[in-house]
Amino acid sequence: MSGHHDDHGFAHPVSLKLLFGVFAALIFFTILTVMLAGQDLGAFGIWISMGIATIKATLVALFFMHMYWEKGFNIVMFVGSFLFVSLFIGFTMTDTQAYKPQIDAFPRVVEQAP
Amino acid sequence: MAVAETGSTDHHDHDEHHLGEFIAHHFDSAEQQFDSGKLGIWVFLVTEVLFFSGLFVAYILWRYHHPQIFEQAHVFLDKYLGALNTIVLLFSSLTIAWAVRSAQLGKNKLCATLTLITMICAAMFLGVKAIEYSHKWDEGILVRSAFAYTLEHTAPTMPLARSLGISDYLVGLSIAPAILLAVFLGLAITMKLIGKDVWFKFCMGLVATVGGYFLGAVGGSIYMEAKANADAKKYGSSHAQVEEQPLVLLAQEQEPAKAETQKPAGKEEAHAQGEHAGDAKDAAHAATDEHADHDHSADADGHSSDHEAHQARPLDPHKPRPEDLDRDVGIFFSIYYCMTGLHAIHIFGGILALSWIFYRSLAGHWRPDYFGPVDYVGLYWHLVDLIWIYLFPMLYLID
Repeated sequence: MSGHHDDHGFAHPVSLKLLFGVFAALIFFTILTVMLAGQDLGAFGIWISMGIATIKATLVALFFMHMYWEKGFNIVMFVGSFLFVSLFIGFTMTDTQAYKPQIDAFPRVVEQAP
Repeated sequence: MAVAETGSTDHHDHDEHHLGEFIAHHFDSAEQQFDSGKLGIWVFLVTEVLFFSGLFVAYILWRYHHPQIFEQAHVFLDKYLGALNTIVLLFSSLTIAWAVRSAQLGKNKLCATLTLITMICAAMFLGVKAIEYSHKWDEGILVRSAFAYTLEHTAPTMPLARSLGISDYLVGLSIAPAILLAVFLGLAITMKLIGKDVWFKFCMGLVATVGGYFLGAVGGSIYMEAKANADAKKYGSSHAQVEEQPLVLLAQEQEPAKAETQKPAGKEEAHAQGEHAGDAKDAAHAATDEHADHDHSADADGHSSDHEAHQARPLDPHKPRPEDLDRDVGIFFSIYYCMTGLHAIHIFGGILALSWIFYRSLAGHWRPDYFGPVDYVGLYWHLVDLIWIYLFPMLYLID
């Protein structure tokens, strides 16, 4: 939206500096997440790696996908899809609580070779 | 994305600009056409997110209720190969974002080059994936219903696989790319001969793309080989060499006397292991002996040192023994194959879409007021990258 007043009409070329900067940040976070995976972070491990993934995804969406300059409607639509994904996950997980005793009682995963 | 309505001069121009060759007549302006395409691709991306979300739900549900399966299974995935693929994909995201920029500036040649690099990276990703898949299939790591993990690799049976010392499955996966390589090369030569320069470049680009697959596959193989050798040094065995075991055993049967004179200890160990195949202590003992022996004779005879290594079972402590695994570890791999497989299909679709962009860049179609297709395909490509950004820690980095 901010690109309308430049020389290229509705095109808003992202500067190479920004593109390479974002790429460097993405590589940094990739190396970071691989290195952290070697550490014992306990139950927080998954949340840290998901957090890093979300930072990376945000960087890609904002700058590689030009969302920073995107029209509001498109942003609402795309980000809104994640709202529906979270509903999907949330309701499904809530539902599994209803039959948690059966899941726990079912001797599938605790089964070991003698 | 509506293309090639050439009669735009017959219409009233609502715009100060003249409407170009690729601006469809039902749009008021180039910008309106661009915005419509943008809306379309975002809607498509929303459907893609929802499409993948089913698999994410399956993953979360299983991981929440049965975390043991994931802890046991993740050791089968190599996080460095996963990281390599992540970096390849991130780099391809950079190049396509740059391609969009060059299209916006009307630099068609640069756009073609960058799109081609993106395609090559995409194919490389698939090449590394082929290595990962074939390696797992060799070990019997399949979906739940077919899960048959074993420490012994399936030996290659195809003559080509044997002579190259690689997996049958890898040869199987590489047949289609090999045929495509030949076809595209043939087409490129034909185009050169009939003087169609743009099509010649296009076909050469496809040749390079398929070459990217083989680059990824060879690179992945070299990595796997190096890893197997490092493990062999560490634990006195080699996965890569185990693959060749039946061949060597066959040779040993044919020439027992020779084998005996060369390596008196070797045969005994093989025997001991045959008897106590399931016994960790014996296997470890045999391997330790064998390893010591190995050091003595390694330089004397290349073949016999190979031969010794075959006798040992892999004792990599990170590699679980089949009997220690839960029956349902295969569930993880059902989810793994569905998620990465669907993602790989998207990569393949992306290559097709990118090749269209590549052709149009070569034909010089992009202008500052007409670059929509590059942007749309770029957005799709970034979404594929976005999904991998989540798949990588979810599948490869479980602790």
